[in-house]
Amino acid sequence: MNLVFDPAWLPRLGQGVLLTVQLTLYCMGLGAVLGAVLGLVRVYGGGRWSPLYWVASAYIHFFRGTPLLVQLLGIYLGLPTAGILVGPFLAGLLAMTLNTAAYQAEYFRGAIQSVKSGQMMAARALGMSRAQAIGHVIMPQALRLIIPPWSNELIYMLKYSSIVSMTALRPETMDLFGVARSIAARNFRYFEVYILVALFYLAMVLILTVALRWVERRVRIPGLGTPGRGI
Amino acid sequence: MALLRVENLHKRYGHEEVLKGVTLAQDAGETKVVIGPSGTGKSTLLRCINRLTEPDQGRVWLEDTEITSRRTDINRVRAKIGFVFQDFNLFTHLTSLDNVRLGLMKVRGMPRAAATGRAMAELERVGLAAKANAYPAQLSGGQQQRVSIARALAMDPKLILFDEPTSALDPELIGEVLSVMIQLARDGMTMIVVTHEMGFARSVADEIVFMEGGVIVEQGTPDKMFRSPEVPRTGEFLRKISDLYGESR
Ligand SMILES: Nc1ncnc2c1ncn2[C@@H]1O[C@H](COP(=O)(O)OP(=O)(O)OP(=O)(O)O)[C@@H](O)[C@H]1O
Ligand SMILES: [Mg+2]
Repeated sequence: MNLVFDPAWLPRLGQGVLLTVQLTLYCMGLGAVLGAVLGLVRVYGGGRWSPLYWVASAYIHFFRGTPLLVQLLGIYLGLPTAGILVGPFLAGLLAMTLNTAAYQAEYFRGAIQSVKSGQMMAARALGMSRAQAIGHVIMPQALRLIIPPWSNELIYMLKYSSIVSMTALRPETMDLFGVARSIAARNFRYFEVYILVALFYLAMVLILTVALRWVERRVRIPGLGTPGRGI
Repeated sequence: MALLRVENLHKRYGHEEVLKGVTLAQDAGETKVVIGPSGTGKSTLLRCINRLTEPDQGRVWLEDTEITSRRTDINRVRAKIGFVFQDFNLFTHLTSLDNVRLGLMKVRGMPRAAATGRAMAELERVGLAAKANAYPAQLSGGQQQRVSIARALAMDPKLILFDEPTSALDPELIGEVLSVMIQLARDGMTMIVVTHEMGFARSVADEIVFMEGGVIVEQGTPDKMFRSPEVPRTGEFLRKISDLYGESR
């Protein structure tokens, strides 16, 4: 079998990479903000019987319990029937953000709950309000704990962003996978195009993994060793 | 007027009444040592004083502020009451300096430079200026507890509550913490100390309070408590912990 790679594909694939990266980073950033709020509500929102807790829990169960594809199509096809027009990029971003926020909320809850209760007590004993204690003591520690699961989520969303190719029709709104499909559909070089695309995804994942490892090392608390190292 | 007054404090957890009406008063400059068997409510009493635990009933005053009143801004009161925990509870993500400085900057609103100066002075006082940039995980237990004492002192507290400050420490580290506390007592700090260290109680306590089963059984000067307690149970308990923990320190 002889493989044919055409350099003329590269500019379009490059555009696809750009859109994939944008979509992933935006949804992860917005998802982190929403996820942090939901996670905080689950921990500090007044317990099982408070309406806030209930809303946050319902949200998390709904978005974790239904497929992202259903959420995407629901938004892309459903919102216009309510008179709200959303393009494919915005629909994709919205669906991915709402979805990842639900997962990230659980990571935040776990991270916040693994900060020892004595930390909150010591902060309150100094005279800090609960919000101050959360901001100055709990979250700085929780954020460090959240980096590893957050890295996993980032890689997952990067790859899962390929579902926006379901809704993108015009070339400029296509992500990497969408571009690949449209190139391959025209020249029938499916194998070559998908090999190339797989390599692009792999490269992006590796770069992000290295970057987050670096961040994790940078913010490591001195004296609290990496578990398992040097033992 | 007493600096701190505790009146008829009650606290229950489920069916268990942990505090059954505790009343005490403490003057400025006084050191009280609270002793008693495990599960007697000593920690609960300390935590009810600054409302880290809400008492069910009873009142607490710090000078003329009623701490237990709903209208009192509890954060302002807590800023005036230091609390030293058995397991230190230093903020793990901050250096010693930042641990001591955080309350000054965020609660007292002190500018960074002034807070740094004050924090360094307190670290000096507990003999740890050289460890200002170390993180808690890089310090021994004794050093961590001294930093946590510096963190309490920096706030200029009117009163410091110590909940078994040396119980989590290896024997060879207890002395360095106790000597800081002895110095504080001699300098006139007002302190309530829950501890089994009878050497400390004998040398600096103005009063020893013996608690059991959620009530104060007996209180008095160390001399009276050790030599001629009125309640037989007091003497029995004191002999027991003196045997267990020794009195040499
Ligand atoms: N948050 C809580 N929830 C339920 N029960 C509690 C709680 N805190 C304390 N208790 C119970 O209250 C009782 C008194 O506890 P406390 O910690 O005040 O005793 P203590 O005198 O400090 O004992 P120790 O010497 O072991 O520290 C114990 O039986 C304990 O189990
Ligand atoms: Mg206790």
